[in-house]
Amino acid sequence: MELNVLLLSRFQFALTIMFHYIFPPLSIGLGALLVIMESTYMVTKDPQYRAMAKFWTKIFAINFAMGVASGIVMEFQFGTNWATYSRYVGDVFGSALAAEGIFAFFLESGFLAVLVFGWDRVSDRMHWFSTIMVALGALFSAIWIVVANSWQQTPAGFHIVGEGLRARAEITDFSAMVFNPSSVHRLTHTLIGAYILGGFLIMSISAYYMLKGRHLEFSRKTFFLGLIVATLFSFAAPISGHFQGVTVSKTQPAKLAAFEGLFQTGTGGTPLTLMGIVDEKNETLRYEMAIPGLLSWVVHGDASQPVTGLDAFPKTDRPPVAVSFYTYHVMICLGVLFAVLCLVAWFFYWRKTLFTTRWLLWVFVFAVVGPVLANEVGWVAAEVGRQPWIVYNLLRTSDGLSKAVGAGQVFTSIVLFIVIYIFLLFLWFSVLNRKIKHGPDDEMGEVDPRRRRWSWIDAAVLLSAPDGGSLTDGRESTDRKTR
Amino acid sequence: MDLNLLWFGLLGVLLTGYAILDGFDLGVGMLHLRARSDVERRMFMNSIGPLWDGNEVWLVTFGGALFAAFPHAYATAFSAFYTPFIVLLFALIFRAVSMEFRSKRASTSWRRGFDVGFFASSGLATFLFGVAVGNSMMGLPIGPDMEFKGGLLDLLPPYGLLVGVLAVATFLMHGSIYLYMKTEGELRARIHGWMWRTFVVFLVVYLITTITTLVTIPHALRNFEEYPWAWVVVVLNILAIANVPRAIRGDRPLYAFVSSSAAIAALVFLFGMALFPNLIYSSLNPDWSLTIYNAASSQKTLGIMRTIAVIGMPFVLAYTIVIYWTFRGKVELGKFSY
Repeated sequence: MELNVLLLSRFQFALTIMFHYIFPPLSIGLGALLVIMESTYMVTKDPQYRAMAKFWTKIFAINFAMGVASGIVMEFQFGTNWATYSRYVGDVFGSALAAEGIFAFFLESGFLAVLVFGWDRVSDRMHWFSTIMVALGALFSAIWIVVANSWQQTPAGFHIVGEGLRARAEITDFSAMVFNPSSVHRLTHTLIGAYILGGFLIMSISAYYMLKGRHLEFSRKTFFLGLIVATLFSFAAPISGHFQGVTVSKTQPAKLAAFEGLFQTGTGGTPLTLMGIVDEKNETLRYEMAIPGLLSWVVHGDASQPVTGLDAFPKTDRPPVAVSFYTYHVMICLGVLFAVLCLVAWFFYWRKTLFTTRWLLWVFVFAVVGPVLANEVGWVAAEVGRQPWIVYNLLRTSDGLSKAVGAGQVFTSIVLFIVIYIFLLFLWFSVLNRKIKHGPDDEMGEVDPRRRRWSWIDAAVLLSAPDGGSLTDGRESTDRKTR
Repeated sequence: MDLNLLWFGLLGVLLTGYAILDGFDLGVGMLHLRARSDVERRMFMNSIGPLWDGNEVWLVTFGGALFAAFPHAYATAFSAFYTPFIVLLFALIFRAVSMEFRSKRASTSWRRGFDVGFFASSGLATFLFGVAVGNSMMGLPIGPDMEFKGGLLDLLPPYGLLVGVLAVATFLMHGSIYLYMKTEGELRARIHGWMWRTFVVFLVVYLITTITTLVTIPHALRNFEEYPWAWVVVVLNILAIANVPRAIRGDRPLYAFVSSSAAIAALVFLFGMALFPNLIYSSLNPDWSLTIYNAASSQKTLGIMRTIAVIGMPFVLAYTIVIYWTFRGKVELGKFSY
């Protein structure tokens, strides 16, 4: 069997980026939550919030290490596997990457040291400042990398210099490159996804503690904080998604058609597909369920004007429909699910049984998988939907490969990546599991009552659980070793 | 001003920063198995614990800046070094993981496994950096289309391996001096001996490499005829190296560390001097070499990046100083240590 360098390189890129992308949203989401926790401590001087920040910093540090280790692969890989692409985009893409290195990576990695190792070396104020810097660093990273990606989707602010194999894009207008048509909406949506994940992650671990009857006060407060963040962003997601959809319809119509499984342009209003089975061979959608005219209304603001289908594009310029369609729809279903779950939680909060409803807490223990998956499939949809282009309408993915690299080399590296990534995942789970089993330090300490101030989180939690509402009849903090 | 030259210089600064900073923590990694007890191993890891990640960022930024300023050189080098770079990536991943996870469990075999992993990955990464530098000194079989025309074996010539050994010897010395600064008591007394031994090994390998370079790579010396002032750096390099034993004897470890850092900086400078104005020298035909002009991004991009660097670098220096100041002094094992 002959191995195809193109397929292998694409597979390797998908594998390494999807593995990497488990971690950055965790860092972005959790980073922002750490800022909230530590700021609450700074205001209230309640040591519980310090203990809370300390515990989540440990979880943050493990994820961050995984993000760094898997992220350096990405930077190398543009050159190792996609050399022609690197030559083509270097002039444009490079300045974003360099900015990421100088503004984001140094900030994150430097202050992370203070965050993790500095609790008893620096003042509270300096630690708090470092937390903000790390969270900002994670944000800057996201900004520059999403700008670079968006430029590939909707190139702007450049011109092509040279011809044939020597052709490349050169920057003409830096701000037009940075604010290309899709970057702002894409960035917003990416960050929202990360914050939803942050919220669900801390809810998951807190729900677990509540079910085990451990660290009840800590976990209620954390859960509540997670719920607020998750709710806000679960409702922001469809709004930002809508704006992104409109941008895609204008800038990448073939991608939108693939998302919707729209093979034929048709006449009159185009329906919005809710579900269906893609049949690429016969160019049709089976068992389709759709809302008539809605897609036309969303795209054109007119329910009777047809939306362009895939038939408007030559076969060689169409993205793979099945993958685009399914990943896009899975993302949307998950997004709806997050909003519903949050509403259910608020209903139980209002009934004052949120912290004692075991089935619901179990749902939240596992719900964290949802945002991880949603972030992944969202990006798969965005990237596969751009195919067969690596830079939309300018450079084909098949033309972006390294000329000096053979299939055998890529095959070997894929095997090695799979082995090492399975090992890393195992390590990550095992250490995360230990940290969670160990739990936060019960750091109560004496607070000067004149200095102590109640935070809104304390008040909100007390509202829904005035009697303590223990799950285990008062057996609080029985540190049962489950192992 | 010549932006291409500026970026060649800035890449040199980033590479120097990387070699000095990650150099000592790679060195500590290679010395890791020489520690006798679990406490000592934890001391070693924690001496670099808060710093290694920031040190590695210099490499990441070097890669990003190379991509941005000289995309052709980035593309050609990274695709040419495909297999060694993938191995390098695995070494860097393994190193990060060993450090992060080693002390998270009490099990002896768990810790032992990561100790060996930490040692091996530090050694392998250092060696591969040296091999890459050695290959760049010699030149690569680059065709007229800027593409690499060789195979894997072309990347492992004896000279490349020799420079790999030099990198290992340099960082061992640099790492021992660093550990000597950060430790106390009986352990420190033992490390004193390591400084001497690693210095002697470094000196021997350094002399062999220098002679081999002079004899086998004549194009490395071209620039010294044109820019005779560069001999000053050669002299500085020799003085810095000679200063290391003097400082060790006088028991002034910081001074020794500054001297070995200066020696490393001078070596990186000489490496740049051997290449200039090439980034990748073509061993097939010098005219096909990738230079700081034919491999560069447009003047516009280089200018934007200069602005980014001017804004960003003061911040980078400020936090590097703050972090090193925060974690100054001897290593102590505390609640938040690895």
